[in-house]
Amino acid sequence: MSDLETFRAEARAWLEENCPAEMRTPARSDDDVCWGGRNFVFQSEAQKQWMDRCAAKGYTVPDWPKAYGGAGLSAAETKVLRQEMARLGCRSPLNSFGIWMLGPALLKFGTEEQKVHYLNQIARGEIRWCQGYSEPGSGSDLVSMQTFGEDKGDHWVVNGQKIWTSYADKADWIFCLVRTDKTNKYQGISFLLFDMTTPGVTTKPILLISGSSPFCETFFDNVVVPKDQIVGELNRGWDVAKYLLGHEREMISGMGGDGGTSAIGGAFKEMLGEEPVLRAQMALFDVDNLAFRAHGERFMDEWKTGKAHPAYSNLMKYAGTELNKRRHELVMALGGSEALEWDSERTRGGAKPRAWLRTKANSIEGGTSEVMLNVVAKRILEMPGA
Amino acid sequence: MAMILNDDQVMLRDSARDFMTSEAPVSHMRKYRDMGCKDGFAHGLWKQFAEMGFTGILIPEADGGMGMGHVEAGIVLEEIGRNLTPSPFLTTAVAAVEALKAADKAMRDRWYPGILAGDAVISVAIDEAAKHRPEKINARAERSGNGFKISGAKQFVVQGASADMIIVAARTAGAAGETDGLTLFAVDKDSAGLSMDSARLVDSSMAAQVKLDGVEVTADAVIGDVDGGWSVLTRLLDAGRVGAAAEMVGVGSGAMDMTFGYLKQRKQFDRLIGEFQALQHRAAHLYGEMEAARSITLKAQNMLDEGHKHAEQYVAAAKAKAGLACNLAVREGVQMHGGMGMTDEYDIGLYMKRDRSLNEFFGDAWYHADRVAQMNGY
Ligand SMILES: Cc1cc2nc3c(=O)[nH]c(=O)nc-3n(C[C@H](O)[C@H](O)[C@H](O)COP(=O)(O)OP(=O)(O)OC[C@H]3O[C@@H](n4cnc5c(N)ncnc54)[C@H](O)[C@@H]3O)c2cc1C
Repeated sequence: MSDLETFRAEARAWLEENCPAEMRTPARSDDDVCWGGRNFVFQSEAQKQWMDRCAAKGYTVPDWPKAYGGAGLSAAETKVLRQEMARLGCRSPLNSFGIWMLGPALLKFGTEEQKVHYLNQIARGEIRWCQGYSEPGSGSDLVSMQTFGEDKGDHWVVNGQKIWTSYADKADWIFCLVRTDKTNKYQGISFLLFDMTTPGVTTKPILLISGSSPFCETFFDNVVVPKDQIVGELNRGWDVAKYLLGHEREMISGMGGDGGTSAIGGAFKEMLGEEPVLRAQMALFDVDNLAFRAHGERFMDEWKTGKAHPAYSNLMKYAGTELNKRRHELVMALGGSEALEWDSERTRGGAKPRAWLRTKANSIEGGTSEVMLNVVAKRILEMPGA
Repeated sequence: MAMILNDDQVMLRDSARDFMTSEAPVSHMRKYRDMGCKDGFAHGLWKQFAEMGFTGILIPEADGGMGMGHVEAGIVLEEIGRNLTPSPFLTTAVAAVEALKAADKAMRDRWYPGILAGDAVISVAIDEAAKHRPEKINARAERSGNGFKISGAKQFVVQGASADMIIVAARTAGAAGETDGLTLFAVDKDSAGLSMDSARLVDSSMAAQVKLDGVEVTADAVIGDVDGGWSVLTRLLDAGRVGAAAEMVGVGSGAMDMTFGYLKQRKQFDRLIGEFQALQHRAAHLYGEMEAARSITLKAQNMLDEGHKHAEQYVAAAKAKAGLACNLAVREGVQMHGGMGMTDEYDIGLYMKRDRSLNEFFGDAWYHADRVAQMNGY
């Protein structure tokens, strides 16, 4: 047996032993997603157990080094572990912006002390993070952001406002872009970390078209941030921010490949005989979905071997999010008038229309589709112009 | 299997690329078109293909070939596509060779050496109407003595008039619409009762309408099993389809690169037209579509080579996606070249014509999207 197959057997045995039965059923709603953090209310004992056991084994972040709370797995082993988890139908033990976004940035730009401290907290699900990038006047043009940190010797005093901060009201800490030099646009931003309970931080939830309020306006009023809570160099936060965005885009693009029409459910199949035009749309969606999944697979193989263009995740983000929006348009069309119900019991509280509306944000959050196309055109295709 | 080429495959790609760009670039295709070549390709070039080892890529090693797979055949096809190189590679070295794998040794010995030497050309006669519907085959082969008598009409037999042998799919049992009861025959070009009407297609390749009027063949002419031809035909078609997809990845990439080059060189309003965001976004979208097409094609090739049980679905998806993406590439290509795109002198229009033929060959994107739906149970 190859080393990888030995590992597969071990991982499978461990999962079978440790993953509670309840955690092997599909998540029914957002509430079933484990985010961790100081104030997280676990849905069940099993949910907590599953997170804790994975954390102890390093499986919440399997490819991070052991010293930082991971299991030190290679890329190939991580892939095998994910395959085995999928085979058993295991839910993700822990989701977080710490894992997807801040973690990779810390691994690249953090000091050893920061890595040991913050990464272990993330891996164990102790601290939940939010992302303070966007401001009311600075969305796509993020680098124009104005939130300012005044240098006070051993600390900064931060004043300003962020917006669209996902889960700011539930998060424990924030990774935040703060201007530390007003005279230099790109090299005047620093990447700061601070506790959301610091005096002067307030949040105000914003209601979305999907009916939920996952994100907030976030206000900073004379917030004191110690100097050791900076990632990377002073005024070089833009490099960290961009690197992190690369990971964020990769993560969001992954949502596009959730499954073809077969994942939408089988019940629609009979009705399609009466709906030839809709059926054709479904078929073309399935073709694009298979192609997107193969594309993602090829991208990962090229990424791992250093062959992918550094800006390629922008293309995947564009393709994956546009595809996901199409998927949910089809779900709604297939559901017909029944998919319009907003809060009835039988529709699990309007799960379809809410999910459909939520997907509209996919091509906005983490950089809009138009911005992705700009980046692809300029950086990959090397089109001329500013 | 990894979704990246290994070192040997990269070497093959480099040599195929060098070969096509030096021996058979677009100017070669133009030359044969302008002289009204009756074959639509150069026999000398087919010989050179053999010297390069290309014609034996899919022929098993035991039969004197290279014993490689669809990934390798696709690598050559992509370069063929990029250069619009006219050749019998897809019909002979891919589709026919794949079908002959099901033939007995005598027949393999009869045809493989000629293919390996770049002498033989083999065509496939499947379609009987303007659209590709292999399950509707209605040509009949009736038992007669120790052999069969074949009657029917075939069309879109690419390079039929240049072929030494034609693989004919005919019905030995059952009715049109059934997959059981089909049989594949190797029919010699000189057979009595075989007649052809050859026509030049939009891309300047040649295709024949073939009439079979009681063509007599012996039992030795059967490829695979009598009445069980569907599985051999599927093999032939899947090889041809994923091959056509690979060629379209090449055609689309060639058109796309040419267009991106033009965007970086043509000026209007005192600017390079590539500075206009309206064009940049379309360019970036096109690039993404071509990348997706390339990915699903590689995936399908890998799966065919592995004998994966879902390979057929991926082949269908690859033919559909490559068709859609390549078609987008040539349409955007002509549009973004402005008036220049409409001229015969400029190459972009040749890409548009080649795309049209390849999209139709072995079933178009709509046909294959429909098959994907069926394989998904709807
Ligand atoms: C669900 C959700 C969660 C989010 N979570 C977070 C978070 O946790 N933290 C955070 O910091 N931010 C978050 N965001 C904010 C997100 O990053 C911004 O919304 C996004 O960057 C777009 O900025 P904007 O909303 O100001 O739109 P604008 O930049 O004002 O864009 C408006 C329109 O103009 C187009 N446009 C803008 N510039 C160009 C251009 N150069 N070329 C062509 N078209 C252009 C855009 O594509 C868009 O269609 C979230 C957003 C959503 C929807």
